[in-house]
Amino acid sequence: MTIASVGTVKPASSGTATNIHGRSLGWLAVPALVFFIAFGVIPLIGVLLLSFTTWDGIGQVIPSGLTSWKATLSNPGLPHAMWVTFQVAVLSWLFQTPMSILLGVFLAGAQKYRAFLAVLYFIPLLLSSAAIAITFKALLDPNFGLGTGLGLPFLSQDWLGEPTLALGVVVFVVSWQYIPFHSLIYQGAVRQIPTSMYEAAQIDGAGRIRQFFSITLPQLKNTIITSSTLMVVGSLTFFDLIYVLTAGGPGDATRVLALDMYKTGFQANLMGQASAIGVILVLVGLGLALLFRRLGGGDKTSSQLEGA
Amino acid sequence: MADTAAPTKRIRNPNWVGGALSWVWLFIVILPIYWIVITSIKSQSEYFVTNPFAPPEQPTLDAYRLVIDSGIVRYFVNSVIVTVGAVVPAVLVSFMAAFAIIRSRPNRFVRSSNSLFLMGLAIPLQATIIPVYLIIIRLHLYDTLLALILPSIAFAIPLSVLVLSNFIRDVPNELFESMRLDGCSEWQTLWRLALPLTRPALVTVTIYNALGIWNGFLLPLVLTQSPDLRVLPLALWTFQGQYGINVPAVLAAVLMSVLPILALYVVGRRQLLSGLTAGFSK
Repeated sequence: MTIASVGTVKPASSGTATNIHGRSLGWLAVPALVFFIAFGVIPLIGVLLLSFTTWDGIGQVIPSGLTSWKATLSNPGLPHAMWVTFQVAVLSWLFQTPMSILLGVFLAGAQKYRAFLAVLYFIPLLLSSAAIAITFKALLDPNFGLGTGLGLPFLSQDWLGEPTLALGVVVFVVSWQYIPFHSLIYQGAVRQIPTSMYEAAQIDGAGRIRQFFSITLPQLKNTIITSSTLMVVGSLTFFDLIYVLTAGGPGDATRVLALDMYKTGFQANLMGQASAIGVILVLVGLGLALLFRRLGGGDKTSSQLEGA
Repeated sequence: MADTAAPTKRIRNPNWVGGALSWVWLFIVILPIYWIVITSIKSQSEYFVTNPFAPPEQPTLDAYRLVIDSGIVRYFVNSVIVTVGAVVPAVLVSFMAAFAIIRSRPNRFVRSSNSLFLMGLAIPLQATIIPVYLIIIRLHLYDTLLALILPSIAFAIPLSVLVLSNFIRDVPNELFESMRLDGCSEWQTLWRLALPLTRPALVTVTIYNALGIWNGFLLPLVLTQSPDLRVLPLALWTFQGQYGINVPAVLAAVLMSVLPILALYVVGRRQLLSGLTAGFSK
């Protein structure tokens, strides 16, 4: 068969869903459904059910009504964990978004050396959070790390021992890990902006900065929303990075919700309360995802290219 | 891949801000990586006396020897088993599901499975780790590699189905029709038409999932216990706990855990990068 050669044919009718000759192929979806229900849907219902029980992780699961919820909601650790999560989400968003946009715009240029830069930029994307956390933990050593190496004494702080500094380090390392990813998304989006818009702006005498604010940024609106959704919703699940880097410390300074859930469940053996935190995480995640969709005007497919 | 002509030469005066920023950020990205490499070939005593960013005076592979002796090969094999064992079935079942969603006569079953998968995209599945743990215990799978594989498959399905169904939707209907006129069953069409035509998307989805599972930490942390069953990220973490003071060895372990992916990156950079942004460009 010479199917490969037809790969470039334009989709003739996009109304593919209506084309079929009567037979249902639904059974093909069954294997995926089984897996997803078993380890996606059931756990999702399970986390809600477990939040109404008491369980130490080994013995019997005992239904206990609202006991776990009461304990969770009256624990001062919860508002603290929420506050830390909020700070990490907001600060890392504030740092990552402008950086990623600027880098993405720059990398979208066609110069050869930029492609070379991009190869190096994207390396952090390949590393596991555990590897990144371990590296920074050692690199930030006050005696044998960064400060000594660069001869800059102000970099020789007890980075992971001071609550405020530790939070800053978490935000920085998160950004170090994810800025490449978001730059990559922006790079792709910038390349899709029609060149004609810039040519028109140039004829009208708009300078580079003006072009950036009047063309690039508005054209990137949907991408900004997508990228922000991923950043913010993703920041709810930063677990491995923070767990390895600070283990939530010093004290509780970097104990985000996901970490709070893990420690409550698997270290304090309070699975019921940990499940309640899990439910909160799911709800916050869903709420944020919906909020961002609203911001995007709901319809993702609507064209941004009006006036192009 | 909607591509307008590459936006070259659009402006005469260069982008100073972006340029300066990108060199600064390059430095910030490269410095730790450079440091990992040079420190991993220092001896432990040299680490304490030389400048952290100076290359070693007497390079040594002692750190690597220690890491290999501590059983990294075992962990490497575990990671390969889990990654391959999860990615292959995940992509396969997702592909079949995507085909069903696009090609089947629309009915309630297909529609509701589709919305179920879409829902999975919006939910941080890690938040359900406690019931996953309970299920794994009840299935008597605790502390096995299969315990890591099964949830990994499930977690990979939503995005894979989304990306693949977007791609299958773009296959021209005429091709399916002609297959049918040739007397092929839908099952044959699935393998002989849809599969080859969606190859780029399959590669993308495979890479995306493989990277996520290779680097995964939470599932192994919660669902396994034996040292023999550690996967690389978990092994790194325990290794750091044991040899924390021996920074060159810890960094050698970090580097060795990354090496296979770095090698892949050198070979298939384009695919890897498009794989990473799977589903966000559409």
